[in-house]
Amino acid sequence: MYAFELHHAKSVADASAALSRTGGKALAGGQSLVAAMKLRLAQPGHLVDLSGIPELKGIRREGDHLVIGAMTRHADVVSSEAVKGAIPALAALAEGIGDRQVRNMGTIGGSIANNDPAADWPAAVLGLGATVVTSKRKIAADEFFKGMFETALAEGEIITAVSFPVPKKAAYAKFPNPASRFALVGVFVAQTGAGTRVAVTGAASSVFRSKAHEDALAKDWSAAAAKAVRTPDANLNSDLHGTAAYRAHLVSVMASRAVGATH
Amino acid sequence: MGANEEGVIGKAVRRKEDARFLTGTGQYTDDVNQPNQTQAFFLRSPHAHAKIRGIDTAKAKASPGVVAVYTGADLEGVNGLPCGWLIHSTDGTPMKEPPHPVLAKGKVRYVGDHVALVIAETLAQAKDAAELIEVDYEVLPSVVNPIDALKPGAPQIHDEAPGNKCYTWALGDKAAVDAAFSKAAHVTRLDLVNNRLIPNAIEPRAAVASYSRADDAYTLYTTSQNPHVERLLMTAFVLGLPEHKVRVIAPDVGGGFGSKIYLYAEETAMVWAAKRVNRPIKWACERSESFLSDAHGRDHVTRAELALDKDGKFLALRVHTVAAMGAYLSTFASCIPTILYATLLAGQYTTPAIYAEVTAAFTNTAPVDAYRGAGRPEATYVVERIVHQAAAETGIAQDELRRRNFIRTFPYQTPVALLYDTGGYDACLDEANRMADVKGFAARKAESAKHGKLRGLGYASYIEACGLAPSNIAGALGARAGLFEAGEVRVHPTGSVTVFTGSHSHGQGHETTFAQVVAGRLGIPVENVDVVHGDTGRVVFGMGTYGSRSLAVGGTAIVKAVDKVIDKGKKIAAHLLEAAETDIEFRDGKFTVAGTDRSKAFGEVALAAYVPHNYPLDRLEPGLNETAFYDPTNFTFPAGTHVCEVEIDPDTGVVKVVQFCACDDFGNIINPMIVEGQVHGGVAQGLGQAMLENCVYDPKSGQLLTGTYMDYAMPRADDLPSFKVGTKVTPCTHNPLGAKGCGEAGAIGAPAAFMNAVMDALAAVGVKHFDMPATPHRVWAAIQSAKHA
Amino acid sequence: MAVTLSLSVNGKPVHATVDPRTLLVELLRNHLGLTGTHVGCDTAQCGACTVLVDDRAVKACNVLAAQMEGAKVVTIEGIAAADGTLHPMQAAFKECHGLQCGFCTTGMVMSAIDLVNRHPKASEAKIREELEGNLCRCTGYHNIVKAVQHGAAAMGK
Repeated sequence: MYAFELHHAKSVADASAALSRTGGKALAGGQSLVAAMKLRLAQPGHLVDLSGIPELKGIRREGDHLVIGAMTRHADVVSSEAVKGAIPALAALAEGIGDRQVRNMGTIGGSIANNDPAADWPAAVLGLGATVVTSKRKIAADEFFKGMFETALAEGEIITAVSFPVPKKAAYAKFPNPASRFALVGVFVAQTGAGTRVAVTGAASSVFRSKAHEDALAKDWSAAAAKAVRTPDANLNSDLHGTAAYRAHLVSVMASRAVGATH
Repeated sequence: MGANEEGVIGKAVRRKEDARFLTGTGQYTDDVNQPNQTQAFFLRSPHAHAKIRGIDTAKAKASPGVVAVYTGADLEGVNGLPCGWLIHSTDGTPMKEPPHPVLAKGKVRYVGDHVALVIAETLAQAKDAAELIEVDYEVLPSVVNPIDALKPGAPQIHDEAPGNKCYTWALGDKAAVDAAFSKAAHVTRLDLVNNRLIPNAIEPRAAVASYSRADDAYTLYTTSQNPHVERLLMTAFVLGLPEHKVRVIAPDVGGGFGSKIYLYAEETAMVWAAKRVNRPIKWACERSESFLSDAHGRDHVTRAELALDKDGKFLALRVHTVAAMGAYLSTFASCIPTILYATLLAGQYTTPAIYAEVTAAFTNTAPVDAYRGAGRPEATYVVERIVHQAAAETGIAQDELRRRNFIRTFPYQTPVALLYDTGGYDACLDEANRMADVKGFAARKAESAKHGKLRGLGYASYIEACGLAPSNIAGALGARAGLFEAGEVRVHPTGSVTVFTGSHSHGQGHETTFAQVVAGRLGIPVENVDVVHGDTGRVVFGMGTYGSRSLAVGGTAIVKAVDKVIDKGKKIAAHLLEAAETDIEFRDGKFTVAGTDRSKAFGEVALAAYVPHNYPLDRLEPGLNETAFYDPTNFTFPAGTHVCEVEIDPDTGVVKVVQFCACDDFGNIINPMIVEGQVHGGVAQGLGQAMLENCVYDPKSGQLLTGTYMDYAMPRADDLPSFKVGTKVTPCTHNPLGAKGCGEAGAIGAPAAFMNAVMDALAAVGVKHFDMPATPHRVWAAIQSAKHA
Repeated sequence: MAVTLSLSVNGKPVHATVDPRTLLVELLRNHLGLTGTHVGCDTAQCGACTVLVDDRAVKACNVLAAQMEGAKVVTIEGIAAADGTLHPMQAAFKECHGLQCGFCTTGMVMSAIDLVNRHPKASEAKIREELEGNLCRCTGYHNIVKAVQHGAAAMGK
């Protein structure tokens, strides 16, 4: 790890100011960031610790939305009655992130800000058409994820919460990479007030919506319909763990399993 | 086994070593800290193959906290790392042994090759300084696959090894095999890759080296399976230091699996440097470095052919293997795909003619050496995969074809140089069939089919040769070291005992098993026996722990020392009891005059030996401390049958191991709990190889693509089932314990049993073979290509 | 610039001044001499460094010591009774031969305690799933699973 300066922020404004002033990085749970810094793959000169900001924590129902504070740890989503009551698919998704130790530290805000192409949270945010609330504005999910490890966040902008519309039905099915247990392919399906949405993570350089699956499921919400869709593999990843063709196949298999698991 | 051993031998005695491991008070090398210690970091090659045109260390040396920076040019007078086994090619020429420099000289040959040693006050400072070293590389084309390495025009890795060939070695009667094939009723052919593995003991390698000017002596704490061998190789072959001036301590070691047998560059460079900086130096390998620099395992490419007669009797086996050595010859690299591989190709079968030809190739990868099983898993994989394939082709049941060819008369001389002393292969197969409820398999398969799943059953009837021996024959075959083991039994005046063994324990539980052996033989409580290992300063000598040899060889050395203690005790007791020595019997911890109730307890005799007031001083030395060296007369031959049952989801390619049964014959068992644990761990590693693990280098750049746990899939708890483990016993005929060894069996049998089960399941969809590991993607792809074929 | 922090480790208050890049595992091993917490990888996968932070299992190699301000940290050295009596989970690992080389063991035991605290009656499948964050290369997990079951029963008493 390279040397850095650490700042403990007491409020969102304090954190934003520190980030803008130093050009540093926000430290949420640190489960990706600390790991990258250890390998000297990331070298921020300054870290701004968000863990002391009370307003970033907590899960609450706001009308037909479930709002999860950015510093909420995955493990707290897993065990939250509010989450289980409103959108059980999110609790199930959170339970499949990393491992128990990672879930005990890692946060939803950190995961989304990092936008790892194989992370689980982006699939839920995009699949439900959630709103990312930041220190400056509200960003629609469709506008938030910009590419591999890229988001719409500006410098000094901090995610404060994610607001999920409560769907009619939703589920997430993940096919884990046998080594990392990140998603080789993860598919989030939802029937929302704004229509049927299907988001895919792990398969490409960033989370994306599968229009073909959305169309098919809008017509026929069934596992068979999801499975029958042929996903084009042109823009999918090919690596040690699976070719683009395999990932394309898995998108439909996981979509059908997600549909089969919705309630 | 004497009557006095019944109380403790064969009992699941809970382990003595657990108390410290469970409370965090074990002492692993990285837990060792010395006053005024410095931290080491090794700058490694980022290239698979490159000339070093120059290295500028000036900026690094001036960096804050830096104590010293050394490169290959600094190590004047330091020899290369040696290889411990000389193999001769079929044309009589010795294998090519290019220099294996401690720090690179002129060239780097794999990603991770050692370029410089940086020593600083802190690790961060050492790393910072390493980034300031300017190495002028001229990148050369590289080759990472052994088949490609042998092709004409392949990048030349060493000038000393034209065509990258280390040797071509052969075993068996080629003419007899050719003749048998010409009259065979059926021939089965199979091309196999035995995938390269990275051992991944959970404790990464580490070392702490220090030097004392006052004594002109060195101390090295290191993660070693065999500290005496490490010291011998380091002092005599590489550094030219007096052996008695170097103490090597392998304290608690967190797993080895072969990867900690070898003399590595890091600790060698550190010992050399410790005198120069005159301060202790500590190095703890990070996992990413382990992936790059630990000796890897397997990496064979094989064509196998099996000839059968019309009744399914095996007539001949022909095997051609290309084995990767990596960029340099690691300590025992050369003997793994030869002496420990081709000699096992008879398996459990009476195949009368076998011919094996092995070509070893240098590649631009980390060195390859012994990894749990070492040669024997590769041999078993060849034999058991082709037997499976032959059964599938001939329509003979899997177990029946094996039974038709089992060896049943012992001793049995194989056509590949081994003399099996004993075995009972039917018993293990029958028991494995029973444990696996093979009779119920058809119904289970039908049930799986109802849910769209493919179910398969696979066998592996393996044999292994353990306790590599004897030294003189091994020497004639090229071994450059002895293969005996040493043990010392120190009886204290009050009758408690400390045992010193050359067999290092890094998970195997020697501190308990060996204590049971000694306690049983002396008729004293296990609590009264402690076992010391892993310190050249305390243990007389040792060849260390590898090849499932500890109990059969190390245990026997201890037994021989115990017997010397008993013999001397009888002399002392005869004096105390005023009887003839020939009338003294030793039983249940007591020396008794035969036919009388007159006796002396073991403790009384021990006390007399150290307080020799009433003692035959004119004829007998005081004290009760005996040492024995034991060189076995033959290998031991553990064998067994493993039955694996899998269920495959054809939609995703996911293979689930639904059941794994192992019935093994390890000879006599001292501690069944520990033996079962060894089987569990071995099976998990075998299943890891077959379903998950694969070391992959990029064929173009030579970069290691599976360089962290993010890409190298380690078996986790939820990848595996609970195992069913059983044993049958035919005692080894040539050691007093009747023990054969159990450490590697699981890793030897499991890959073939698993892959055979996968192929059995996929036969229904037309898949015959693909290579390990059977990852979901590979399984799915195999199903797709069979569909389109 | 160094950071100062206060936390409790195994029930004792700790005040430390450390370089901000100090990891929790480094604080434990190098500053406090608690070498029972091991480092087996550098990508937060192996779990050998698992400790409890405010009763939750955390990988001490993947958090900064500075993130531990005010936290209650418990390591393998802190779970046995004052008289040395092993924690029921430690005892279960011994009884079931749930360890071999011992290196992953300390992290495995800490994970197991967290697991049982949340799932006192976990099935074998649940235990295996919950141990995802802890690698063992020796035991094949068979006896670890058994040990967790035994430990759970004993902790429930």
